[in-house]
Amino acid sequence: MIALPVAEREPLLSARGLVKHFGQVQALQGADFTAHRGEVVALIGDNGAGKSTLVNVLSGVLAPDGGEITLEGKPVRFSGPMDAQHQGVETVYQDLSLAPDLDATANLYLGRELFLGGVLRPFKVLDRSAMRLAAIDAFAELGVSLKDVTVPVAALSGGQRQSVAVARAVAFARSVIFMDEPTAALGVVQRGRVLETIRRVRDRGICVVLISHNMPEVLSVADRVEVLRLGRRVASFNAAQTSIEELVGAMTGSLDEPTAAVRNASDKGSAL
Amino acid sequence: MTTVRDTVSPPAPPPARPRQWVRVVARRNEAWTFTILVALVAFFSIAAPGKFFTVYDITQIAVNASIYLVLGVGMTYVIITAGIDLSIGSVLVLAAVAAAEYNIHHGAAAAGWGTVAVCVVIALAVGTAWGALQGMLVATGRIPSLIVTLGGLGAALGLAEIATGGEDPSGAVAAHLQNSLGYGKLLGIPWLVVLAAVVTLVFGLVLSFTRFGNYTFAIGSNPAAARRAGIPVARHLVKVYALMGLLAGLGAVMWLASYGTTSIAGHSTDNLTVITAVVLGGTSLFGGRGSVLGTVIGVFIPAVLTTGLIVIGVQQYWQDVAVGVVLVAAVYLDQLRKQTRERN
Repeated sequence: MIALPVAEREPLLSARGLVKHFGQVQALQGADFTAHRGEVVALIGDNGAGKSTLVNVLSGVLAPDGGEITLEGKPVRFSGPMDAQHQGVETVYQDLSLAPDLDATANLYLGRELFLGGVLRPFKVLDRSAMRLAAIDAFAELGVSLKDVTVPVAALSGGQRQSVAVARAVAFARSVIFMDEPTAALGVVQRGRVLETIRRVRDRGICVVLISHNMPEVLSVADRVEVLRLGRRVASFNAAQTSIEELVGAMTGSLDEPTAAVRNASDKGSAL
Repeated sequence: MTTVRDTVSPPAPPPARPRQWVRVVARRNEAWTFTILVALVAFFSIAAPGKFFTVYDITQIAVNASIYLVLGVGMTYVIITAGIDLSIGSVLVLAAVAAAEYNIHHGAAAAGWGTVAVCVVIALAVGTAWGALQGMLVATGRIPSLIVTLGGLGAALGLAEIATGGEDPSGAVAAHLQNSLGYGKLLGIPWLVVLAAVVTLVFGLVLSFTRFGNYTFAIGSNPAAARRAGIPVARHLVKVYALMGLLAGLGAVMWLASYGTTSIAGHSTDNLTVITAVVLGGTSLFGGRGSVLGTVIGVFIPAVLTTGLIVIGVQQYWQDVAVGVVLVAAVYLDQLRKQTRERN
């Protein structure tokens, strides 16, 4: 059940023994995480297992209280989400994190605007046409059809908004994209489209980390599945060789004994 | 890599036939208010032929509107960030009193150009500093702007009254300032109007075309998203409130030049006048949407109404009634649009 061939490659992003607590609450208790270039890793776990905390730590939103993160073999410590972005790590938040009154182009380039050069350079005048053309390319590359990239995002459908958020991450990501429940609010057709997008992004050599509750979806799109329970990684599966029953078992702890034995996840010694 | 492009069917726009016109109108708030302005001008021109549409009236309307326009430009920025500034009238008075106090002790009415320059700098600095302080409280103290600026309204006016004993001081303004900015004209256009037009144009362009404007919209639209995108939200908010203060200081200079007195008691409703104008101009109180062009239209609607009603011999107080009704209608449409949008 462990994806040994994958594990032998050097991981793109890996975390060892991450600890994070909020007051008395131990959200992460020595959590490990591994992700490789060009794979889709699903991160699953029951509510309160620490998925969101782990993603927030890995994407620079939260600073860990302990443990270490390495990106491309080098230890990193993100000072914030911007720092993570500079190092090629992007996040698609569950709420999409779009400005609804701005158009798709402005959202794509929010905080990373392009400016006109020449005498106007010091005034930071937006180069709207350059951004619009690049945005059209970015959307086309994802197979997303937006009739007009200049209407406010609020006027778009849920799926289109999702596409804008994904396109923004894809356009700037160089190594990892975290996607927090990217299909939760979508209909069947749009859901299929987002999953297709995830596969395409992976094929560009980027690692996609998918946080999802939807087990069939996880098995259909992920290459590997990492299971989090009570703030630690309790199992790691090759998606092609596992089943929903096995995943649910690892999530709920009914398979705790064998996985713990194989993963040896308790070598940090922090008692549950 | 080969990108397999699947056939993506264009998502059909939801028709929603009923209330289509409401949505169209609601989407183009500026066009809608501009129509009202044009209709008002047309109505008064026809109702009082030869009287309303004269150079004198247009000039008078423009002069009356120029200070409100300058304040309205700043207020547009503040409201787009989903904030509000109630303190502008008091900040204007405080800035005016600070400049006046310096002027009184440096030559009074006969003060030279050097004193005039210092007075202008004092007024602008006091306004900017007050605005920046309020901005810091809003941005980092997480106190609602309504409360911060309500406190600012009282405090700034109080300080002005303490400094003057509550009386408008005499010798507050140098004759040089009044004769130049106050009564002077450039090619027949009053300097006050020219100044207001330049301020409006500059900050209108900044709002529409620069990163500063883009950040302003983004913060008003979704502050959390702006923060995650790396926009320095708190710093930007301080700048926006400081800009509002700067323009209130400029309004103080314009007021002193135009009227020659600090008018301590005369600015208690500036905030409502200006907020009304900005909202009439289509800027959303919910933040994220708005334009300086809309504010220009919004400032001129009450101004045209007042002058027009006087010209056709109707009590000008009807202006207040009309503006009040239109204001509520404008916000209702804004609310409607927001709901239509969020039903998506």
